Amino acid sequence: MKGLRGVDGSGAVWGAVRPHAVRLVGACAAGAAAELCGLGLIAAAAWLVARAAQRPELAALSLAIVAVRGFALAKGSLRYVERLAGHDAALRALAELRGRVFDALAAARPEGRRVRDGDALTRMVSDVDAVQDLLLRCVLPAVAAAVCAAAGVVVCGVLVPAAAPVLAAGLLLAGAVLPWAAAVAGGRAAARAAAEREVLAVRALDVLEGAADLAVFGAAGRFAARAGDAAAGLERAERSAAGVSAMVAAAGLVVQGVTAAAVVWAGLGAGAGEVGVAVSALTALVAVEAVLPVASAAQRLAEVRPAVRRVGAVLAAPPPPGPLPSASPPSGPLEVELRGVGVRYDGGGVGLDGVDLRVRRGGRVAVVGASGAGKSTLLGVVAGRVPVSSGSVLLGGCAAGGARSPVRGLMQDAYVFAATVRENLLLARPDAGGARLRDAAARARFTEVVDALPDGWDTVVGAGGRGLSGGQRQRLLLARALLADPPVLVLDEPAEALDPVAADAVTRDLLESPGGATVLLVTHRLAALDAADEVVVLDGGRVVQRGRHDELLAVPGAYRDLWEAELLAA
Amino acid sequence: MKGVERRLLGCVPRWVTVVLGVLAAGQGVLVVVQAELLVRAVAGLDAGPLPWLAGAVAGRAALAWVVTVVAGRAAARVKRGLREGLLAVPGAGPSGAGSPGGRVTLLTRGLDAVDPFFTGYVPQLLAACVVPVVVLARLVSVDWASAVVVAVTVPLVPVFGALVGMRTAAVTVRQWESLRRLGGHFRDVVAGLSTLRAFGRAEHQSGVVRRLADGHRRASVRALRVAFLSSLVLELVCALSVALVAVPVGLRLLEGRMALSAGLLVLVLTPEVYLPLRALGQRFHASAEGVAAAEEAFAVLDTSAGSPVVGSAGGRVVAGGAPEIVLRDVTVRYPGSREAALSGVSLRVAAGERVAVAGPSGAGKSTLLLVLAGLVRPESGRVLVDGVDLADLDLEAWRARLGWVPQRPHLFAASVADNIRLGDPGAGDARVVEAARAAGAAEFVAGLPEGYATVLGEGGAGLSAGQRQRVAVARAYLAGGDVMLLDEPTARLDLRSERLLVDAAVRLLEGRTAVLVAHRTALLGVADRVVRLEGGRVAGEVARGEVAA
Repeated sequence: MKGLRGVDGSGAVWGAVRPHAVRLVGACAAGAAAELCGLGLIAAAAWLVARAAQRPELAALSLAIVAVRGFALAKGSLRYVERLAGHDAALRALAELRGRVFDALAAARPEGRRVRDGDALTRMVSDVDAVQDLLLRCVLPAVAAAVCAAAGVVVCGVLVPAAAPVLAAGLLLAGAVLPWAAAVAGGRAAARAAAEREVLAVRALDVLEGAADLAVFGAAGRFAARAGDAAAGLERAERSAAGVSAMVAAAGLVVQGVTAAAVVWAGLGAGAGEVGVAVSALTALVAVEAVLPVASAAQRLAEVRPAVRRVGAVLAAPPPPGPLPSASPPSGPLEVELRGVGVRYDGGGVGLDGVDLRVRRGGRVAVVGASGAGKSTLLGVVAGRVPVSSGSVLLGGCAAGGARSPVRGLMQDAYVFAATVRENLLLARPDAGGARLRDAAARARFTEVVDALPDGWDTVVGAGGRGLSGGQRQRLLLARALLADPPVLVLDEPAEALDPVAADAVTRDLLESPGGATVLLVTHRLAALDAADEVVVLDGGRVVQRGRHDELLAVPGAYRDLWEAELLAA
Repeated sequence: MKGVERRLLGCVPRWVTVVLGVLAAGQGVLVVVQAELLVRAVAGLDAGPLPWLAGAVAGRAALAWVVTVVAGRAAARVKRGLREGLLAVPGAGPSGAGSPGGRVTLLTRGLDAVDPFFTGYVPQLLAACVVPVVVLARLVSVDWASAVVVAVTVPLVPVFGALVGMRTAAVTVRQWESLRRLGGHFRDVVAGLSTLRAFGRAEHQSGVVRRLADGHRRASVRALRVAFLSSLVLELVCALSVALVAVPVGLRLLEGRMALSAGLLVLVLTPEVYLPLRALGQRFHASAEGVAAAEEAFAVLDTSAGSPVVGSAGGRVVAGGAPEIVLRDVTVRYPGSREAALSGVSLRVAAGERVAVAGPSGAGKSTLLLVLAGLVRPESGRVLVDGVDLADLDLEAWRARLGWVPQRPHLFAASVADNIRLGDPGAGDARVVEAARAAGAAEFVAGLPEGYATVLGEGGAGLSAGQRQRVAVARAYLAGGDVMLLDEPTARLDLRSERLLVDAAVRLLEGRTAVLVAHRTALLGVADRVVRLEGGRVAGEVARGEVAA
């Protein structure tokens, strides 16, 4: 367990492992016992042979004969037990860790989250899995090696006391000095290879993604050569990494052979008998061999260390201030009011700049504008997912941002889970009955999609499930948002990926349907916006135009330009 | 052995195989020598052989070192060959393993997984073929009775390995699907965390995560119980074989029918026969991930072998100056699609004329530009440049006359200046600055931390969409061709960026033949006339005056 504690910031990770420490110790014990049986097998066999040459009574040897057979059987069985118990313990710890990491991620405030955070989240998944490697490939081999080394020194010490310090020195060399050197030199070579790999990745992306630009500008050959150089650079770095592992393997063999030779020399110098020398020499061979895997464990430890540190950092974050948002928000539409709202991103970019907006209870407002104009940011502010830098957001007259946000909807990063269609929808309202489910599906034009699926409502979709087309997925997400039926419904491009006719019909339906939530809807198609109470045109984070559809068309400006472009593309 | 493994083995140069085989034989000999010297020292209670023993050990270490170096270099070489092959394959699709992102992952991390195959499996395969034979030969000369026991039991290792392997493969394939589903749940909920939070379901999922992770553990352990059986069986076979040899040797020593040195030698050598075979199984499992990556790489390489290379063309070069471009009945069909992207399109663009193409998405507007750039070859029909068929033109020379501003220009991982002088790497700084000014990019470039020397990140990160478009315009301006192709350069821009870009486009198109795909009125105003495409056909023409009204 020393290796685990040795990683910085791993206290929190250790917390998830501790409940299963007993099982882990059991697996370690089985692994150590398997190594000991290997040691015992060789030691007993050597003793048997050497003693037999002195031609004692058969009875003197019978115990050794039984021991040889017993050790042989026990070694294999114990190794099996170790591997099973080790995986069981590691997977138990992993389950606990996944739960804790999920809690920590779910509780974290989404302060100024940007799109790239998706990568960080998925990396966290592999980071958590690295802890399994830490236990199975670093801790377990290290413990087994330590026990076997100690046993080897004891056996040697009992038979030929003079050889024990020699063996101990050899084991120290193989189990501590060599792994340290392997981790340092290997880490350096790996870092160089990683840097070269990064260069290759960037240049390869240039060649593959910029293929058309390169072809037209006659630069394809030049950039292909640049990527080829990077591939050659990576090859050189990999060669030097291969050199390091070659040195480690060779040094291991040298240490093993020299230790055995030195043990024999020490034994002979001390005047030990044939039996003692034979057993101690073979014991030395086996003990050093058991310790050699520590070198690769150390290299692996250096690799997983950053991952464990990241997991530790997530777990060590302070606990959430309040409870998580509950499943059922209050019912009935709410008024939405934005007063001078500004949003500034960390990089210095401006998301919104002094936006004032008031949507009455049950009002229907459409937000349009070019990409990057701040439409999604506006919805994010209303939903409380994007923190405001200035101004305030009021929902039903109260400051937004509480734990029980009354805002639900369809956002850009909406996700389809690997589950049945029904489960994906019920996520929004777990207690919804069949009638409500079908009603939401019908409004989102999702019913025909369900009917076409092989298992209908029970078809598994999402990762690893049946693939949905862009339009099908969009309708599922919209149906889910409608099923939630919150006081304030925010919809970011709800009809994206639908054909224009269907898109306009869906948008009109959302804007016209009587009763229900206050709706804020972002769209890039304007045809159905005559159904909206108000249209807000954003540009560069500011409101540049607002009013009813026909009012905006009557005056020259951004909205009319967009409208003419849409007519042209129709 | 699967085809992929055979093909991977085929990538190893013959001399490497020969060298590794010779080295394996050398190791086998040294194993015997080392055992012999050790036994002589122990049985004779003699320190004399010890220096020799140290020498043998050093020799073994040196051989191991050479093996790892040779195998490592062979791995690096094969990977480099595969990488260069993958880089040369054009036409990465928009998503999946064929997408640029997926291809880059395969190029770097994916192929790195191939290492264990070359550094572990291949040398071990040769060692498993050679070392047992060498050691067994020595055993025969020491004690033929033990050698017979070993010779009979050694084949059990591969036989049992194969038998257990077949049995476990069937079981694990059955459990694989459920394992994958349970194991993928954590990734799934983490990826969808913001959705869970938005619907207030994160708390509920916390328990589900633990429950399913536990289910995953149960299923894994069930599968592993069978999977580890193969190692158990092999381990037992090896251990029992050592015991089978050791015990009779002990009894014969007891009866004085064997010398101590011979007995010890048998004991030391016996495990060395089984060791390479047992290790081979482990190495094989360790290389599975790499073999899968290699399979993916081979698949990409194979698909490219079948597809025709776009753009091998005739050698004619026509004189410069803004040309007239005529399309006659041009039809384009993408491989694997029934619908034609363009069908029977005829269009005349006079010398120095600027024609805008409008129409709904999927109408074939971008395809039209790709045909003109020689990036897509028409299935039928002809493209005439000043009366000469594009298929007869020297494509390089034709492209040197083109300027190209795509919808999403790729910015390369290089300085702003080098991005602008893409088409003419020898262009001086003065020309770069002039092009940037004409494209309306000079102002924001001056504001970058290192001006024109600022290195743009992966894919040109750090610039807004409008700024990227203006870099692309500067690029086209500097390349200075007499034909300009613009593909909706303002599609994703805010109003101010659009205005700047339209101003730049006016300067860019001055005195040139141009085809521009456009939706928005501002850019359409630049054109002399507007052609509408619908469903791959020309659906009519709008004079410029009507658009502006």
